[in-house]
Amino acid sequence: MSLFLIVALPFLGALLPGLMNNAGRQACAGVTFTITLAAFVGLLTNLPAILAGEVVQTGVSWLPAIGLNVNLMLDPLGFFFALLILGIGLLIITYARFYLSREDNMGEFFTYLLLFQGAMVGIVLSDNILLLLIFWELTSLSSFLLIGYWKHLPEGRQGARMALAVTGMGGLALIGGMLILGNIAGSYDLSVILQNRDIIQESPLYLPALILILLGCFTKSAQFPFHFWLPHAMAAPTPVSAYLHSATMVKAGIFLMARLWPVLSGTSEWFYIVTTAGLITMVLGAVIALFKHDLKALLAFSTVSHLGLITMLLGTGTAFGAMAAVFHILNHATFKAALFMSAGIVDHETHTRDIRRLGGLRHLMPITFGIVTLAALSMAGIPFLNGFLSKEMMLEEVYHTTLFGPTWLVPALAVLGSLFSAAYCFRLIGHTFLGPKRDDYPAKPHDPGAGMWLPPALLIVPVVVIGCAPFLVQNFVFLVADAVIGGTAELEVKYIKIWHGLVPALYMSIAAVVGGLIVVALFNPLLRLWDATPRPEAKTIFDALIASVVAVAQKAIHGIHTGAFSRYAGIAAVTITVAGYYAWVTGISGAPTRALQPAGPVEIAGWVMLVAATAGLVFLHRNRLLSLILIGIVGLMVSVGFVFFSAPDLAMTQITVEVVTIILLLLALNFLPNRTPIESSVLKRARDGVLAVGAGLATFAMAYHFLLRDAVANPISEFHLANSYKGGGGTNVVNVILVDFRGFDTFGEIIVLGIAALLIYALTESLLDGPVRARLLNRKPDQPRAGDRHPMMMVVLTRVIMPVVLLVGFYIFLRGHNEPGGGFIAGLVVSIGVVMQYMASGFSWTSARLRYPYHGIIGAGVLIAGLTGIGSWFAGKPFLTSDFTYVRIPPFEKFELATAALFDLGVFLAVVGAVMLSLESFSRLARRAHVKDSEHPMDIDPSRDEVDPADPSNPRMEGA
Amino acid sequence: MGLELLVASAIGILTAAGMYLTLRLRTFPVIMGISLLTYAVNVFLFASGRLTVGAPPILTDAATYTDPLPQALVLTAIVISFGMTAVVVMIALGAYLGAGEDRVNDPEINDEDTTERSI
Repeated sequence: MSLFLIVALPFLGALLPGLMNNAGRQACAGVTFTITLAAFVGLLTNLPAILAGEVVQTGVSWLPAIGLNVNLMLDPLGFFFALLILGIGLLIITYARFYLSREDNMGEFFTYLLLFQGAMVGIVLSDNILLLLIFWELTSLSSFLLIGYWKHLPEGRQGARMALAVTGMGGLALIGGMLILGNIAGSYDLSVILQNRDIIQESPLYLPALILILLGCFTKSAQFPFHFWLPHAMAAPTPVSAYLHSATMVKAGIFLMARLWPVLSGTSEWFYIVTTAGLITMVLGAVIALFKHDLKALLAFSTVSHLGLITMLLGTGTAFGAMAAVFHILNHATFKAALFMSAGIVDHETHTRDIRRLGGLRHLMPITFGIVTLAALSMAGIPFLNGFLSKEMMLEEVYHTTLFGPTWLVPALAVLGSLFSAAYCFRLIGHTFLGPKRDDYPAKPHDPGAGMWLPPALLIVPVVVIGCAPFLVQNFVFLVADAVIGGTAELEVKYIKIWHGLVPALYMSIAAVVGGLIVVALFNPLLRLWDATPRPEAKTIFDALIASVVAVAQKAIHGIHTGAFSRYAGIAAVTITVAGYYAWVTGISGAPTRALQPAGPVEIAGWVMLVAATAGLVFLHRNRLLSLILIGIVGLMVSVGFVFFSAPDLAMTQITVEVVTIILLLLALNFLPNRTPIESSVLKRARDGVLAVGAGLATFAMAYHFLLRDAVANPISEFHLANSYKGGGGTNVVNVILVDFRGFDTFGEIIVLGIAALLIYALTESLLDGPVRARLLNRKPDQPRAGDRHPMMMVVLTRVIMPVVLLVGFYIFLRGHNEPGGGFIAGLVVSIGVVMQYMASGFSWTSARLRYPYHGIIGAGVLIAGLTGIGSWFAGKPFLTSDFTYVRIPPFEKFELATAALFDLGVFLAVVGAVMLSLESFSRLARRAHVKDSEHPMDIDPSRDEVDPADPSNPRMEGA
Repeated sequence: MGLELLVASAIGILTAAGMYLTLRLRTFPVIMGISLLTYAVNVFLFASGRLTVGAPPILTDAATYTDPLPQALVLTAIVISFGMTAVVVMIALGAYLGAGEDRVNDPEINDEDTTERSI
């Protein structure tokens, strides 16, 4: 199967469970399982190639200009991780199906899980590091959703937030590091980067890149000092914990270290940072894990500890260390996933995860007991189980590792870590399952159904099989290890054996197990000691840190963001004016190159009207209705100006928009107060006046300046004028620009317009649903109402005019390509025609005759425009390439058919829909405010009796 | 008096009046002010194609045409600004109906309120 498909399947499939939620839990889980299985099988089809030593690659250029290509690569390392992610994913899905209760939204859960799974597979198959970063961030986001899945639990929300904050921060650092790395290597493709070890390690930027990348890896893989988020993420449902913290999320950091091992490792910086962090994490995690009473917290810290172990092995920089790391990744994934799922079973059956309340479960839950015992003993490093093999490799490796001088330091710490590791494993078995049966369990425990115990039980199979017959997997492990090493070192061992003879590692292993037993025996005194020791609590520190950041941000923001709009506007105006003035005085401007064109008396008269209306608006704005009339005059004069200055299309647009805007404002004014009170002092008004005059002078100066000078470079319009007819098939250049040259812009604009209209609709809906509704219904009009709600003259006139308006609109639409007109203007004209019906005949009458909802019209418009654009793909041309031809159908004249006209139709529909939806929303507010709206204005039909006897305002009743 | 002076001064006057009204304290004059600023900006953009009388960009046998590109940009700007005005009016209306007053500024925040607002 194509690598693209393997990565894409979980993402595409993620839609299904969410949509299928109503189909039932079984269906949701089933479809999720099937999708994962398909990806898993697809991965396996690549196995022969991997075993043959090939690296499967595929890719397409996405943004080659910045080096971002969708290049995927499947080598043994990627295959190994993808196998774990998808394989354990299958078990987790089965388990989750039975784990989640009826109250949990299963579709939502599986959607998140698939998103996460896809992101993880994306990371391990990426060949391009920029692509890898995208998937990396996706894992942070999707794991946030998964960890916080139980939204009602504050711990879940806090844990999710903490995980997102820590891994998100690390992700930011990683982006920086990866960009530096790509810069050094001269390519963002891993296959190239991995070939440039020497260039990268000799670069002066190696250290910053290394530190940033390791920050990303350490935060993701919960390495000291970032280990604290992982235990808090345990508030997630157990399937999530089992998935994220055994095989996937936390292994992403490990994966990246392994992936970049050939180019980053081997230096002393790498060795000191990675080994030290790993060692500390391993010991610290193991010690804390021992004293945790929550089963999942114990496992969480044990995960932290084991991740430290793997990190430390990668840090040593030897081929053997890398091989041991790979082997331990495999082993840890198997036994840890099994243990997490078992912990979930115990929680599910006993309703508690507190070890102190458990014990003696071996008789009640024998199957779970068996699973936990084998998995935990493997984790403790007991022979014939897989954990023993990799742990002994680790001990072998640390025996030869020296850090900070003394040769005994690393081996001693490793033994200490293993000792505590063994101890918490023994405690896990002993304190949960062994001991006497108790009678105070919160619930009556028994083994769960096979759906729950089978997934962990299946994982025990490799635990035992690898433990007894390591030769079965040794070739695969070596293959993966070779992929990690990438030819930079030679792997000397040829076999994975259980028995190595009496080597130091064996003695260290024995010491750890025996020590672990002793520690468990002395657990109670040790616990008292532990409880008495003061320790820094990571969550408190983290919370304090976040609180201080929030406090700083609040101080900074509240100083500026006071909620005073006038202040923002004033500050913005002053800043822009000052910046413009600064540019003016420091820039160079040439002498005027254009002569003033003489203005006749008519032009001056128009100017005077505009200025007078504007000035009137300023001085009379308190009377709101008057100011509407005045702004209408301004708009009219602007339209006239467009006509005069050779812009017929603009003039038509402006005047039609003017009409709908005034109607809209009238509708709004219906509710708003009619007058604006005087509030600001004379001084404040004078200040605003000075500010306004300053801004006005600045724009005047700038406009006057450029009107007297030609453009510094040739305008691109020459191209449009030259190609409008030849290339676009239209003589109205403005329209051809709109629907053809810059059709993509127009497409965006009609979408924006549609969104604005939908926003207005949504706001109206929420207003009408809220407390405002009652206020609207009880509202008393502040003006006397006209006695005649639907004046007969107006009704008759608008109905007669309607077909004419439609015809005019149609005409303007058709001529648009060659003469002034087009979709925008036609849309506005038709809207005005429809609005007139609303105004004259009323809301109900018009709505009753409305065949299509306005949302649908907007959608149809955008869809038609979009499909027209897509249509050009079929001709092998880019989006929205237009085409036209001339057709002659006798007896008509030859006429033009252009795809642009279809696009313009989309524009037309979107404009009609948007304008009408906005106006309709406003008038719906008004409609509810009225008591009753006649269904039949003006339809005089004696047979229809419309009299409402309960209505005292009815004139007939009054007469009676 | 030249045409350039008339247009430039009209832009300046529209801006000044728009700015003054935008700084008022009630929603309706602010909306009026923003509308005036919209006119000013549209005319300004349009004028960036320089002023040409009697030469519309409709291809005929004429020798010169005015610059069509600013016209196309302004045409969509006019329609979009209608949408924007409508949204602003709707927000203003919703605020007025919800709160019973049409001031544009929040009441002054004092320090005790700050903690509450931060939630």
